[in-house]
Amino acid sequence: MIFNKVLRAGVQAGRRFQSTGPQAGVRAAIAASREAHGGFSFELTDQQKEFQEVARKFAREEIVPAAPSYDRSGEYPFPLIKRAWELGLMNGHIPEDCGGMGLGIFDACLITEELAFGCTGVQTAIEANSLGQMPVIIAGNDAQKKKYLGRMTEEPLMCAYCVTEPGAGSDVAGIKTRAVKKGDEYVVNGQKMWITNGGKANWYFLLARTDPDPKCPASKAFTGFIVEADTPGVQPGRKELNMGQRSSDTRGITFEDVKIPKENVLIGEGAGFKIAMGAFDKTRPPVAAGATGLAQRALEEATKYALERKTFGKFIAEHQAVSFLLAEMAMKVELARMAYQRAAWEVDQGRRNTYYASIAKAFAGDIANQCAADAVQIFGGNGFNSEYPVEKLMRDAKIYQIYEGTAQIQRLIISREHLGKFKQ
Amino acid sequence: MSARVLVGVKRVIDYAVKIRVKPDRTGVVTDGVKHSMNPFCEIAVEEAVKLKEKKLVKEVVAVSCGPQQVQETIRTALAMGADRGIHVEVSGKDYETLGPLQVSKILAALAKKEQADLIILGKQAIDDDCNQTGQMTAALLDWPQGTFASEVNIEADKLKVVREIDGGLETIKINLPAVVTADLRLNTPRYATLPNIMKAKKKKIANVKPADLGVDVSSRLEVLKVDEPPQRQAGVKVETVHDLVGKLKEAGRI
Repeated sequence: MIFNKVLRAGVQAGRRFQSTGPQAGVRAAIAASREAHGGFSFELTDQQKEFQEVARKFAREEIVPAAPSYDRSGEYPFPLIKRAWELGLMNGHIPEDCGGMGLGIFDACLITEELAFGCTGVQTAIEANSLGQMPVIIAGNDAQKKKYLGRMTEEPLMCAYCVTEPGAGSDVAGIKTRAVKKGDEYVVNGQKMWITNGGKANWYFLLARTDPDPKCPASKAFTGFIVEADTPGVQPGRKELNMGQRSSDTRGITFEDVKIPKENVLIGEGAGFKIAMGAFDKTRPPVAAGATGLAQRALEEATKYALERKTFGKFIAEHQAVSFLLAEMAMKVELARMAYQRAAWEVDQGRRNTYYASIAKAFAGDIANQCAADAVQIFGGNGFNSEYPVEKLMRDAKIYQIYEGTAQIQRLIISREHLGKFKQ
Repeated sequence: MSARVLVGVKRVIDYAVKIRVKPDRTGVVTDGVKHSMNPFCEIAVEEAVKLKEKKLVKEVVAVSCGPQQVQETIRTALAMGADRGIHVEVSGKDYETLGPLQVSKILAALAKKEQADLIILGKQAIDDDCNQTGQMTAALLDWPQGTFASEVNIEADKLKVVREIDGGLETIKINLPAVVTADLRLNTPRYATLPNIMKAKKKKIANVKPADLGVDVSSRLEVLKVDEPPQRQAGVKVETVHDLVGKLKEAGRI
């Protein structure tokens, strides 16, 4: 009886989890309810709130004003990235013994959502660092971690995750880049494509095929390498001109007889596929968080506009057609946020979160596109115009249904996980 | 230099929040409303931390008076670079009536207890706009004051302060120990970086009660009522200057 009342009080107060915090009596109820069912709570810790504050302030004061010109010029937002690095908003996952803060995925997601609110192009450039680092964090030996993660905390360097090829995106097992062992080195030849930070990275995580036998299973045929970007034979292509997130640097990279020392193999020959896939469980929640940040921006811009613009004698927000659009955008943003938070929390608890991570990424990518399009709709003619901020959101949102696992691949994963539970 | 700086930080309603008067007209709504450090206090903390970075002072101590929640404000100061904090516990009715006179008594007592050489405060708080605490603190301690500071320099054992005054800028030289109040253009407060926020958790915040400092926080002021500013009335359009003069005479304005 009392248990239920305490639970309900806890959940009700918890609904305002991003506010200044509930009153003392309710706080006790939350603490009690947390005790009662082992930790599930919507409350952020003081430290998480402070981190979120810093990220929010930086995004709104420094990224938002600069984003439109970076979008127009396509210039790499290095000044913003350097600032983010100085504030500690980047490279959060790097373990403390390598000079990092060893943040969990949840904390990283909170920061990512705030930065994405500012500009997802800037945020993707920053996020690509996490993606490139993740294989080293989960599979690197001490020497590799100290060398390649350590340098990221000493100066604002970028890294990249090199897996996709012109002929193989979703079908990772279909990649053709070859790595042949010659003495103490591997010689790599192949073509990678759509590599974020391709032209700016100091080093890459590279996935290449080491077993030429086509019958060899994916779980044994590929190897993960760390490649220094200045290795002879590494040739980044031109910066690709994309629909959105235009300040992010995306390129093709050609590997021509690139020699990689065997010390740069992660775990060992044949372990690459599992490492590459394992990284996704930790990087999909932040990507979902980024999409949520974009959707939140769409919602806020549309709401502000709807409270200023008048038609037929009243603010457009007072017309139900518009207020219902805003309501649905709000529903989607709140749910996407909860989805990525659950996925991030699961992996931080040490559990396999593939199911939740895919749900979060699929949902957030879809709603980001819907919310951006709805925001343009609410702005009407102005929304279509580049003087207003929402058309950029629509262009930026599309990639969230494509990279880090397409919307279709996510559905494959979710159905497989879901059916797998039933078959047990 | 072995100087110790005391910086006062006040927890106020965030500047971006739309203020609402409580229905009983005894004050403004604070429950569930976003609070943050007073912007002028941020500038004061920044100045103190800058002095420490220039090695002109050795320790920066952040002080705040109020209930449990002011510890968040002290933590922000610690994350910006203050070395330790002092939380002077004042809550309930006492907190509602806490004003510059009481706070300046507390700061004066702390300055003596901590053997501070310099007190830096924001020039005023954005909730009450009193602009009194710095001046009262200096008077209670019989210390010189450099208020509305837009530049502060330590030269030998004196303080050179450039003050923003109505006529322009005034430069004064005052002896240490002294009280300085920060004006807008003194500096641009730094962000608390994430690593500093984490480090701040290890810094100490001491708890003190006003009674321990021998300070009586009872107020001699009573707030009778709080109202919103009067709604702006619509103007009246007139056709000619003659009409305008007539209307102004009617309204008793000329």
